Amino acid sequence: MDSIVIHNLRKSYGKGRLPAVDLAGEYRIGKGEMFGIIGPDGAGKTTLFRMLATLVSPESGKAEIEGLDIVKDYRKIRTILGYMPDRFSLYPDLSVKENLEFFASVFGQSIDRNSSLIENIYCRLRPFENRMAGKLSGGMKQKLALCCSLIHSPSVLFLDEPTTGVDPSSRRELWENLAHLKANGMTIVVSTAYMDEADRCDRVAMMKEGKFLAVDSPRAIVSKFDRKLISVRSDEMFRLLNDLRSMDVVEKCYTFGDSHHMVLKPDARTDAGGIASVLEQDFGHRNVSVSEISATLEDCYMNLEDK
Amino acid sequence: MKEFFAFVRKEFLHIFRDRRTLLVLIGLPTALIVLFGFAISTEIRNVDVGLFTVEDHIAITRLMDRIDRSEYFTYIGAYRSEAALDEAMRRGEIDAALVFGKDFAGSLYKPGGACVSIEVDATNPNNASMEVMYLSRIISDYFREDMEAMMLPGTQPASGSLVPELRMLYNPQLKSSYNFVPGIMGLILMLICALMTSVSIVREKETGSMEVLLVSPVRPVNIVVAKMIPYFVISCVVLINILLLTIFVLKVPVAGSFFWMILVSMIYIILSLGIGMLVSSLVKTQIIATLICGMIFIVPVMMFSGMLYPIESMPVPLQWLAQLIPAKWFIEAVRKIMIEGVPVRYVTKEILIITGMAVAFFSAAVIKFKDRLD
Repeated sequence: MDSIVIHNLRKSYGKGRLPAVDLAGEYRIGKGEMFGIIGPDGAGKTTLFRMLATLVSPESGKAEIEGLDIVKDYRKIRTILGYMPDRFSLYPDLSVKENLEFFASVFGQSIDRNSSLIENIYCRLRPFENRMAGKLSGGMKQKLALCCSLIHSPSVLFLDEPTTGVDPSSRRELWENLAHLKANGMTIVVSTAYMDEADRCDRVAMMKEGKFLAVDSPRAIVSKFDRKLISVRSDEMFRLLNDLRSMDVVEKCYTFGDSHHMVLKPDARTDAGGIASVLEQDFGHRNVSVSEISATLEDCYMNLEDK
Repeated sequence: MKEFFAFVRKEFLHIFRDRRTLLVLIGLPTALIVLFGFAISTEIRNVDVGLFTVEDHIAITRLMDRIDRSEYFTYIGAYRSEAALDEAMRRGEIDAALVFGKDFAGSLYKPGGACVSIEVDATNPNNASMEVMYLSRIISDYFREDMEAMMLPGTQPASGSLVPELRMLYNPQLKSSYNFVPGIMGLILMLICALMTSVSIVREKETGSMEVLLVSPVRPVNIVVAKMIPYFVISCVVLINILLLTIFVLKVPVAGSFFWMILVSMIYIILSLGIGMLVSSLVKTQIIATLICGMIFIVPVMMFSGMLYPIESMPVPLQWLAQLIPAKWFIEAVRKIMIEGVPVRYVTKEILIITGMAVAFFSAAVIKFKDRLD
């Protein structure tokens, strides 16, 4: 059964401007699926989330959440939906406990009845129960926000960049929590800027300028990458980047961690060894190491951008 | 219902955690009342009076003594020439002067009567006309009594057969606080109620908590009402504060029904809260909300409510505009109940209009409150 169905959804802010979201065709997200959305800033991720969370009405097209229309049945949807916006949106002048109690009663719930779902997360917050929410660390704020969005046991959870500005260990914890929720049958849609996080999703949509460029499992996206990808390092990395970009056979070159990744043009008749000799002889680079590698999700993402 | 109370509790917490704002809410009305009641006064006091007379006469000496004894004037002294009088006026030594012509005493008992001229510094026309009014009253009182004492019984007084008798109704001492208190009440309540509530919803929009709040089954009317209740309570505290200050510090008594006075004020508070809510539903930032309430509401309240300038003397289009200002009706109602002390049936029109406006603004706020972001 599908939890979310999106059909030709479109939204633009103001006439004459490019639509913020323009999803042609139909997209289905299954029940209990973890669906990731990755894309650069301004790709329309937040607008898409707000539309699905019934906060913004679509310009045309429609979408259903658990069989409920996002325009007609928005009141019903709001009772089964958990939504965590991309910035901290709780009350900084209320304590952790007061925030949680407030959101619980807004949904007509009490904290105890739903503690099983949030217990894992809340146990880390309990020592700070009486601290004002505005004085929490970034990771703690995110945990509290997640607790508040889970307080009514939603069947669908939307998380808009939940790990931005959060330290690595808190990020890991968050994803463990999400895996736990998914195991309980919750549909989770999450947007992220971190590729390692996207790898944890069942399926990933790569989004740019309001459109889904590719929707598939991370592995399928990677396996569909059919170009030759080469990793290059040398002593002078900055000069190397410019030199690589000036070569005819190179279609695109970008920094990737401590090395440069480059994609060869489809008709290029060279390989790792050929590139290495050109770099050493024509450009005078020393300690050159060149190797052909298989693509990661980030490589796919970097190359999607220009299509 | 539980959801609603949680909301009200949250709003109270917001207000009490923000001590500084709370202090302003309570302190500002106190400061304004005291300021308007004492410092900003249109009454004349300590007016220095000079004298120029060609010949001394006992009547003039006694008159000047009487002027000096009144609470408004101080007699500075006599000047030898009109030029000296002029000079003193220019130096700021005196604000007003009496000039008695030649043969003043002699013509006192003649049919044509005697002549005295009053000179005042009319730089401030309001003060000048009040000084003239008070001085001429003292002079005519004095001579009437003086004449009556000298007249033989049975004869008619030579002059002043028609003496107008002035009676200052409702405010016999001509205290300006009687005029200011209703006005300042209208102003402060509007300021506090509209400003505070208008900021409260917009703040949630700015911090983003509105986003989370909207993705919950809360109804707009509940949000609006829940936000109003704490501010209503605060406003009632402010109202009591104002009334206590008025009665015990400014010594302006409530002449009419205290119950109706409070009730009318409460309706007006709800009206102002409704205006604040409406602003808050329409705008996106706290700055704009504050500016709208501060500039667009407060200034018309000062200008068109009849607090500073009488509405009757405005051009007709402005008079129509004044009818739309809620504070105008409130101030009128409070003047009637508090100062004139008339029974409530004479205030029915004002009360109905305020109630109607309150309902209109409140409904508009609920209707305009969007439960979506765009």
